Amino acid sequence: MKNISFILIGILFGITMTKSEAISWYRIQEMFRFQSIHMYGIIGVAVILGALLFYIIKKYQIKTFGGAIIQIKDKPKNYKAALLGGSIFGLGWSMTGACPGPLYVLVGNGYWVILIVILSALMGTLCYGLLRNKLPH
Amino acid sequence: MEFFIQSWHWAFSGVMIVFVMMLLLLAGKRFGVSSSFQAACAMGGAGKLASYFKYDWKSQSWLFLFVAGSIIGGFIANNFMQSSEVIDLSDAFLKDLSVLGLDQPVVGHINPKELFNFDMLLTTKGIILFVLGGFLIGFGTRYAGGCTSGHAISGLSNLQLPSLVAVIGFFIGGLLMTHFIMPLIF
Repeated sequence: MKNISFILIGILFGITMTKSEAISWYRIQEMFRFQSIHMYGIIGVAVILGALLFYIIKKYQIKTFGGAIIQIKDKPKNYKAALLGGSIFGLGWSMTGACPGPLYVLVGNGYWVILIVILSALMGTLCYGLLRNKLPH
Repeated sequence: MEFFIQSWHWAFSGVMIVFVMMLLLLAGKRFGVSSSFQAACAMGGAGKLASYFKYDWKSQSWLFLFVAGSIIGGFIANNFMQSSEVIDLSDAFLKDLSVLGLDQPVVGHINPKELFNFDMLLTTKGIILFVLGGFLIGFGTRYAGGCTSGHAISGLSNLQLPSLVAVIGFFIGGLLMTHFIMPLIF
């Protein structure tokens, strides 16, 4: 039952990413060219509403479906890694017009060539894992 | 029903993304898709090569289910919720498309079909965009410790300073590519 629920949440995510056009290469180019409010609107609404969600979860100690209090961990304070890694990802985000979530959703949309992008992304992660100790964090 | 079939307004889209994030939090998980790359490498045996992959990736198996679901969701949206209208891009960008040498968008295509096909992999442009682009996504997101879902949406919502720094990075890279490097590729 629990397994099915993650698949269902994923399906909702896939539909949302497609119908919101967040998986569109056009939309990402438009965003980086500051020519449309579309992507800024999506992320802006999500962040403001998300902030409210986190506030409520913390303030009222909301519990999971399983009954445990939701634990929200802070992101590690690796500022150098965030800036350098973030910039490297930004290059790829613009090139492919996709971030990790949309990559998977695009496959479902029938863009088979994206499988090559995912395979390349796995190679990128593998290389990061190998070089991790030599990189500034 | 018509409301769900046509392209969604950005405000409604933002609400739906937070709804997905809320469901994951209530299920005891965090919203972050790029972790799936690390888990997939670990599952493939990369733990023998680097300590970064030596962890209990099975604890992330829910993420593989989420990913499988998102592929199914994309399939459903594409096959049963196809908009009858062409993607509503800004006039300024439509002009830029011609500058890039790309066709104007057509109904049923949310991406430029002249780019998103296997023939592109036989061209230098295609190899750069898809192979190098994918590599940079996989390397960069794990180096940064998150992608758009983990840093831009979850992280910023939770007022995490490292996430703000990461998002600034996303835009440094994205702007550099879009305005300075991409004109050399196209």
